[in-house]
Amino acid sequence: MEPVRAVIGLEVHARLRTRTKLFCRCVAGPGGAPNSRTCPVCLGLPGALPAANREAVRLAVRLAEALGAEIHPVSTWARKNYFYPDLPKGYQISQFDRPLATGGRVRIEPPGAAPRWIGIERIHLEEDAGKSLHEGFGDDHSGIDLNRCGVPLVEIVGAPGLASPDEAFLYLERLRSILRATGVSDAEMEDGDLRCDVNVSVHGDGEPWGARVELKNLNSFRGVRRALQHEIARQAAARRAGSATVPETRLWDDARGETRPLRAKEEAHDYRYFPEPDLPALALDDALIAAARAGMPELPHARRDRFAAALGLPEADAHRLTVEPTVADYFEQVAQAAGDPRAAANWVLTELLGLLRERGLPIGESPVAAADLAELIQLAGSGAISGKTAKDLLARVAAGEGRPAAIVEADGLSRLDDAAAIESACRAVLDAHPGEAAGYRGGKAGLLAFFVGQVMRRTGGRADPGRVHDTLRRLLG
Amino acid sequence: MSGAPTKTARAIAAAVQTGELSAESSIEQALEAIARRGGLGAFLRVDRDRALAAARAQDRGRAAGRDPGPLGGVPLAIKDNLCTRGLATSCGSRILEGWVPPYDATAVERLAAAGAIVVGKTNCDEFGMGSSNENSAFGPVAHPEDPERVPGGSSGGSAAAVAAGLVPLALGSDTGGSVRQPASFCGIVGLKPTYGRVSRWGLVAFASSLDQVGPLARDVRDAALALELMAGPDGRDATAAAVPVPRGLAALEGDPRGLRIGFLRDLSEREGTEPAVRAGVRSAAEALAAGGAAVEETTLELAEYALPVYALLATAEASSNLARYDGVRFGRRTEGGAGPRGMMEATRGAGFGPEVKRRIMLGTFALSAGYHDAYYGRALRARARLAAELDAQLARYDALLLPTSPGVAFRRGERAGDPLAMYLSDVFTVVASLGGHPAISLPAPRAAGALPVGVQLIGPRFGEPLLLRAALALEERGFAAAGVA
Ligand SMILES: [Zn+2]
Repeated sequence: MEPVRAVIGLEVHARLRTRTKLFCRCVAGPGGAPNSRTCPVCLGLPGALPAANREAVRLAVRLAEALGAEIHPVSTWARKNYFYPDLPKGYQISQFDRPLATGGRVRIEPPGAAPRWIGIERIHLEEDAGKSLHEGFGDDHSGIDLNRCGVPLVEIVGAPGLASPDEAFLYLERLRSILRATGVSDAEMEDGDLRCDVNVSVHGDGEPWGARVELKNLNSFRGVRRALQHEIARQAAARRAGSATVPETRLWDDARGETRPLRAKEEAHDYRYFPEPDLPALALDDALIAAARAGMPELPHARRDRFAAALGLPEADAHRLTVEPTVADYFEQVAQAAGDPRAAANWVLTELLGLLRERGLPIGESPVAAADLAELIQLAGSGAISGKTAKDLLARVAAGEGRPAAIVEADGLSRLDDAAAIESACRAVLDAHPGEAAGYRGGKAGLLAFFVGQVMRRTGGRADPGRVHDTLRRLLG
Repeated sequence: MSGAPTKTARAIAAAVQTGELSAESSIEQALEAIARRGGLGAFLRVDRDRALAAARAQDRGRAAGRDPGPLGGVPLAIKDNLCTRGLATSCGSRILEGWVPPYDATAVERLAAAGAIVVGKTNCDEFGMGSSNENSAFGPVAHPEDPERVPGGSSGGSAAAVAAGLVPLALGSDTGGSVRQPASFCGIVGLKPTYGRVSRWGLVAFASSLDQVGPLARDVRDAALALELMAGPDGRDATAAAVPVPRGLAALEGDPRGLRIGFLRDLSEREGTEPAVRAGVRSAAEALAAGGAAVEETTLELAEYALPVYALLATAEASSNLARYDGVRFGRRTEGGAGPRGMMEATRGAGFGPEVKRRIMLGTFALSAGYHDAYYGRALRARARLAAELDAQLARYDALLLPTSPGVAFRRGERAGDPLAMYLSDVFTVVASLGGHPAISLPAPRAAGALPVGVQLIGPRFGEPLLLRAALALEERGFAAAGVA
C-alpha cells in the first residue's frame, strides 16, 4: 500500500489565570451559579464598553516570551462577528490582522527519534463566549450561562508541522507543561481551560497537501489522538478509493469514535473582522514586558535535558518527570535532599505517583513531603533498612505516622545484620518444616524460595534476603 | 418663536445659588412647559416624580448649606440613546422599548453631579440613524417654529426642547452631525466635542469610532459649561482620552483679534447649498474679519470623499453594534421561526425600522468577505488621509468655517422616500466626525419669519478653547439664538 503522509496543525485556546475577565471586573474562574458572574459589560448591555485587563495581557506576553515568539509592541483588537445565543454582543473581541505575537516554537521528543521543533504561527488574546445549556429546560427551550463570557483566552495557532497523532499528543502535552510552568494557565482540559481545534490533511509522497479538514469538539488529549487516527484513516481510505476529500469542518463524536461533517449552515461563517473601535491599540509598555519576563522558569524541554544530562536519568524518566511541572519540582527537592537523583526518580515515578494515583491526589497534596521521601531514600540507600521495609515505611509516612527515621527508630525496623540472629531464624523455619526440608534435599530446589519467604516473614522483612538465601543454602547443604 | 426670553442654564443656576429661585420651581416650570408643548413630540418620557424629588432634595440641601452646584436646579433633557439609571432608554426603537438601564451614562452622571436635574428623555431617530427625526419608532418631532417641518436629527427631540424653551440644556449625540444639524435647523447652539473628550460609557453605540456626546444649548457659554462638566477621562471608556479638561470655558471671551479663520468657501458654496445658507456663512466670515480676525479662503481637497467614507464606516460599525439586539437577553422578543435563530430573526425583523435595517445591510455588505478591502478597508485609509488634511489645515488656522447643513429645516415627508437626499444633508458635518475634530453649530442672524440657518466652526482636536473663542466672537456679533436672556 502506498504510504500516506499526514499534515496536522493545532489551534489551542487556553484560559489565562487571571482573577477577573478580559474586559470587565467579573470573576473569571470556573464555577459560580449560572449568570452570577456577569455585569453590563460582559452581558453586552447597550452603552457598556470594554476596558482591557492588564494582567491578561501580561500573561499572554509571558507565554509568547516562553515560546520564543516575536512580541509586537503594538497590536490591535478586532471584532469577530457572528450570531449565537451565548454570544451577547453578537461579536467576540479578538485579535486579527495584528496579533500580540507571531512565530515561536515548541519542542517535542518523539520516542526513538530526534527532538523536533514545531513552529507557532501566532499568539493572540480573545474573550470567551458563554455556554448554552440544553438539558433540563424542556424540548423547546435552552438555558444560557454567561459566566464564561468575557473570560480571557490566549489562542496559540500552531503551524501545520505535526506528522502523526502521537506527535499531536506530545505537542499538546508539552504546551500544557509550558502553560503551567509559566503560571499562564491552569490548563485543565476538564475545566475547559484548554480547548483544541485540529486541522489535518493527507497526501502521498512528493504530492501537494490534500484538502484540509478541521476537527472540532475535542475534549481530551486522548480524544485528539483518537480523532486524528480516525480522520487520517478516513482520508487515506478516501484517497485510495479515488474520491476527493473536501475542505470541511467535522465534529468528533467521542462516544461513537467517529467524525461527522457539520451541517453547511453551522459552518458557513463570514466573521466580518474589523478593528474594535471601542478599544485603542494594545501598546505594551516596558514595565508590562518586564513584569511578563520576571521569574521566567526553566522551560520543560530544558529541564528534561538537564535531568537526563546533568542528573544522569534515563531519557524516558526525564520525560515523565517533566510532563507536570509540579512533579518535576517535587522530584528536584527529593533528589537534592537525598543526594541520589536516580533513586529519587525511581521512587517518585513508581512508588509515590502510584500512591497518589490510588488516592486520586495531585502531587501538590501529597501526604509524603519531599523531605520525608528523601529521608526514606537515604535510609534505604545506606542499607539501614531493607527495600521491603522502605516500601512499607512509605505507606506509614503517607498515613501520617511520622517521619521515616523516627518510625524506624521507634519500631526497631532497622535491618537485621546480626549473622547469628539470621541463622537462628533460618534454623527455626527449617525445624518447623521438616517435610519441605527433606524435599529440598531430595532435589526440589524451588523450595528454597519458600524458605526465604518464611524467614522474611519471621523477621518482619528486616533481614537482607541475599543473606537469608546464603544462610539457608549452607544449613540445607 | 416663544415670546418670553428664555433663561440660560447659567442664569438659572445663579438664581438657584442665591435662593432667588428654588430648584423645585425651576423644575416645575420646565415640566409645565413640556406639558404645554406636548404636541412637539420632543419628549418620549418625562421623569416628573424623580425630577421633582431631586429638586426638593437640592433645595433642602441648599437650606442646610450645601452648594447646589454649577448647574444646580437646571432642568436637563437627555436624548433617549443615553442610558439613565432606572429610566427607560429606547433609542427611539421598538426593539429596546421598555428597557431600563441599570446605570447612568457618564455624561449624565457628571452633569447630575453638577446639580443638573434630568426631566426626561427626548425623541430621536432610531439608534441615531437619521437627519429629520422621522425615523423614530415613536413618532416624529415637530419643528418648534413650524409644525410641518422637521427639527433635524437625530437629536431632534433635544434640539426642539431647547429651541422651544422647555429646557435650557439638553444632551444629544453626534455621529455624523446629529447634534449640529438639528441645532442648525432649530436655531440654537450644538457642540460636538473632540472624539475622546467625553466618555461614551452609557451612550448606546451607533458607530463607536464616530459617536460623541454633545450639548445643545441656547448660547455658547452654556454649551461650554456643560462640556467642561462632563468631559475628561473615564475608566469605563478606553477611548475617553487622558487629556486634561480645559477649565473656565464658560468664562472665555470672544475676542476675534488674532484668530486665524479658514473659510471653506468652495466647499460651502457647492451645488446644493441653499442661498440662505451661503449668505449665512459668508456673513460669518465677514463678521469675523470685521472684528479683527484673519479670515482666509481655503479648501479641503478630500471633503468630497467624506460622505461615502462616512456611509461605509458608520454602517459597518453599526452592523456590528446592533447585533446584540437579538431578543435573547433584553429588549423586545418576537417569537417565530425555528430555534433560537428563528427567534432572533423574528425579533430583528419586527424590532428594527427600515432605515436601521438598510444601514445594517449596507454595513454587513461593506465588511463581508470579498468586499471588505474594497469598501471598508479603502474607507478606513481615506478617513486617515482626510483626518490628516484636517489636522494640517488646523495647524494653519484656529478654526475652519463652513455651513452646518446645506439647507434649512425641510418639510416632514419631503425626503422620506429619498435616502440619498437625506444622507446628502450630512455633507458638511461628517467632515469633523471622520477627523474626530470638535465642531460647533451657531445660528446665523435672520430676518423675521425666516427659518434658522446654522454656521459651523471646526477646531483642532482637543482645541475646544480655541473653537469656543471663535464661536463666542460670532455669538457676540449676532450669531445667537433668538430671545436668550
Ligand atoms: Zn462582567
